[in-house]
Amino acid sequence: MAVTTVDSAPAPAVVPAKKLGRGYWAGVLRRLARDPVAVTAAVIILLIVLAAIFAPYVAPADPYKSSMIRRLRPIGTPGFLLGSDELGRDMLSRLIYGGRLSLVMGVLPVFCAFAVGSFLGVAAGYAGGWLNTIIMRTVDVFYAFPSVLLAIALSGTLGAGILNAIVALTVVFVPQVTRVAESVTTQIRNRDYVEAARVSGAGPFTIVRVHVLGNVLGPIFVYSTSLISVSMILASGLSFLGLGSKPPEPEWGLMLNTLRTAIYTQPMVAALPGVMIFVTSISFNLLSDGLRSAMEVKA
Amino acid sequence: MSTPPPAAPLVRARNLTVDFVGGARPVRAVAGVDLSLAAGEVVALLGESGSGKSVTLRALMRLLPEKRARIGGSITVDGRDVAALGRRELARFRGGTVAMIFQEPGLAFDPVYRVGDQIAEAVVRHERVSRKAGRARALELFERVRIPSAETRLDNYPHEMSGGMRQRAMIALALACRPKVLLADEPTTALDATVQIQILLLLRELQREFGLAVIFVTHDIGVATEVADRIAVMYAGRIVERGDCRDVIRAAAHPYTRGLLASRADHVFTRGTRLATIPGAPPDLGALPPGCAFAPRCAQAVPACEAGVPEERPASATHVARCILLRPPAQADAGATAAA
Amino acid sequence: MTEPASDATSDPAFDPAARDRGGPAQPLLSVTGLVKHFGGRRSWRGETKGAVRAVDGVDFSIAKGETLGVVGESGCGKSTTARLVMQIIAPDAGEIVFDGEALGSRALDLTTYRREVQMVFQDSYASLNPRLTVEDTIAFGPRVHGVGRREATGRAHDLLFKVGLEPARFAGRYPHELSGGQRQRINIARALALQPRLVILDEAVSALDKSVEAQVLNLLLDLKAEFGLTYMFISHDLNVVRFMADRVMVMYLGKVAEVGPSDVILKSPSHPYTAALLASMPSMDPDARTEEAPLFGDPPNPIDPPSGCRFHTRCRFASAICANVEPRLAPVARPHEVACLMAQPGSGHPRAAPLRENAA
Repeated sequence: MAVTTVDSAPAPAVVPAKKLGRGYWAGVLRRLARDPVAVTAAVIILLIVLAAIFAPYVAPADPYKSSMIRRLRPIGTPGFLLGSDELGRDMLSRLIYGGRLSLVMGVLPVFCAFAVGSFLGVAAGYAGGWLNTIIMRTVDVFYAFPSVLLAIALSGTLGAGILNAIVALTVVFVPQVTRVAESVTTQIRNRDYVEAARVSGAGPFTIVRVHVLGNVLGPIFVYSTSLISVSMILASGLSFLGLGSKPPEPEWGLMLNTLRTAIYTQPMVAALPGVMIFVTSISFNLLSDGLRSAMEVKA
Repeated sequence: MSTPPPAAPLVRARNLTVDFVGGARPVRAVAGVDLSLAAGEVVALLGESGSGKSVTLRALMRLLPEKRARIGGSITVDGRDVAALGRRELARFRGGTVAMIFQEPGLAFDPVYRVGDQIAEAVVRHERVSRKAGRARALELFERVRIPSAETRLDNYPHEMSGGMRQRAMIALALACRPKVLLADEPTTALDATVQIQILLLLRELQREFGLAVIFVTHDIGVATEVADRIAVMYAGRIVERGDCRDVIRAAAHPYTRGLLASRADHVFTRGTRLATIPGAPPDLGALPPGCAFAPRCAQAVPACEAGVPEERPASATHVARCILLRPPAQADAGATAAA
Repeated sequence: MTEPASDATSDPAFDPAARDRGGPAQPLLSVTGLVKHFGGRRSWRGETKGAVRAVDGVDFSIAKGETLGVVGESGCGKSTTARLVMQIIAPDAGEIVFDGEALGSRALDLTTYRREVQMVFQDSYASLNPRLTVEDTIAFGPRVHGVGRREATGRAHDLLFKVGLEPARFAGRYPHELSGGQRQRINIARALALQPRLVILDEAVSALDKSVEAQVLNLLLDLKAEFGLTYMFISHDLNVVRFMADRVMVMYLGKVAEVGPSDVILKSPSHPYTAALLASMPSMDPDARTEEAPLFGDPPNPIDPPSGCRFHTRCRFASAICANVEPRLAPVARPHEVACLMAQPGSGHPRAAPLRENAA
């Protein structure tokens, strides 16, 4: 009868009774906020994203307005804070506008790959058996090609254009995400709490929804964020080769391409799009690293 | 039974404190431990998880992370101040003077090298002898810890050995450089009872033969009884009772020790009767109460228990306990005044 | 949050006594010929080689309301047996009969069976989903079985109260905010949430500190009395098994070595292995320490178990016949059965009694 006697005594030494029941992600955010590198990276990304969104208000000039007389001005020229490009367009404005396409090309394929790859990977990892074999062996086929070549080949086959480039990049990333998703899910599947859920009579879909996804999507997400930088660089590469966006559209990779003729006359200006790609992708990577370590802490 | 010689103790810790900083708030894992150990003596540090027994052991060998652990008090081993050792001296001290065995032999062995080579390597490094001599010593040690077909086992990788055999190999590694003190951190906890008793007997035998001083950390009173000359019971970072093994087991004086003994299932002879338990859970090491840390769970607690940390008081001729309910030393009974 | 609500167990549909089908004489669980081999390579002829023979022909039964203790060294198959009974892994062979109904028959499908049999795992942390609150964890089972959210949560709060954790303080916590003992209480509450009749406790108290272990053992006794439970209690600690179990089954390398009333087996064992297990427990008397190890070496590998009696390689009484003849489990005194040639009259072992009627 009296079962209550046992542990109703003094408060066990766990957490002082301040705010209990706060979720896992709140803790992750708190730890992330304590990591100066990750915070810096997040701020940089935020600035670039905001500048891209509010480009019409932020940019000092029209990014399409060319001028044959004011071509290839150096950095610091009055009216051209970051110089001008080979058609006399304001570099600063083009860089700000260019962020729009470049970010979309960096983030969107990864996002699609995250969705598709998680689905495939979790299905393969949880079901195991022949489904796992089919999915994972198919994925391995894609793995056999270097991602750059695969992206170029797909893009080339589908034809130039932004949408096709996004599709090509998604296809490049799906196998990578799937593989990570599968390995994380396989680990979770053998945890005691999943077995306990199975023992309580739950079906596979319920178990995946309640017990697997919550523990699996975090690590997959972190891995995916680390792909954003790769995606941006590949997208720039496609544009550089003329397979992504088309001139006169401002896009960092394409700008790098068109400015390459000016590399000897205005090397600093010609390098600017590259710097943007570099800074953005490294920021995404640092943020992703910070997120990973913030999520690893258990207690 | 060994009689401790009157000479200076081999290991002495005075008012040892360990605080872990760097977390959300500092945690006091060890809160003033005094411990002395003579050559050829076995002391069991008995306590539950979070009692500070393993941290004490690691502090003696300076194995705690230097950035996160603040160590107070003094530790002398074999006449040397452990805190003052330089890097080179520390390397010689670890293994040469003091060696340690763990619960998980994986911590001691590198998985990609043969076990025999690792032992020989340690001998070569510490004693500056040839590889051949190191190998010979490894073989001798393997035979000493009774590893069957020692010669071939030397060429095993750690994963090729069973749990009990790995534990024996780890003991051989610990003894490779002829240490004076052996620190054992729950070395038998992960083993089956049938293997555990073999390892305990082996340790007892080696200890007698080499005259080792041993500090044996365990949570199991039975294991402590099997190996120890003296027992020190730890609770919330302090030694609450220490003394001769017989006295502590047979005439436990501290309510915590008594509670631990009473809660063992082997004391109950009629099945189905409830076990005596200690209510509640150990205190939060980040916010220790000012007085006796056990008072909140103690059935005999009186208000004076919360006044201050109790002094050690004699409980019998050979053992002491930190409990104000015991009579203070050599005085009539001015109990509360001493505590203030 | 919510205060301890009304007693959910008063629901007649979940009263264990009302669900009794076979009557008191019918064992609650009986298992025959249970076999599970892991891995190994299948040759062209369909024979497997190099398999781990984790459970290799095990029969036992558990009477209603009793506690069956299962002991043995690591690798003896006790945890695998638990997982087979629990149907977490599928047996290679064997039949499970629960209260007179064979598992897999029309009368007893897996879903129904799983409401009747639940399990508490050893690792209190790994067996709780770190992303779920305590009340969601306990309410999960009932929700799966169609209980409404509100009622399931109410039942979770009831059970928290029953396992000695105040619902108002603990319901919203996450596993990492709890101590080991508290987590194990949650695991017990989760197992009870479906009102099972048989609970398998697989080393459920082994990872806990001794003082906490005593609290949880008391709790298990209380819950057993209150809910009329039957336990299968797996542990390596003979003292705890002696305290908990009515009957004890000793396993060695995938087979049953000895089974019988715990008072008999843990006081005067008939199998040399049981005797060695008992003698291996640390002495609690400083003046009567163990002087000689009862067994030498580690348990042999279940991949290639010894021929004949599997224990003969470590047995001090082994004779030549032990390597050739496999002893079957035979009664020595009515409920007490032993698989040892010494206990079988006329077996050919020098220490066995002479033959009376039937030969092996």
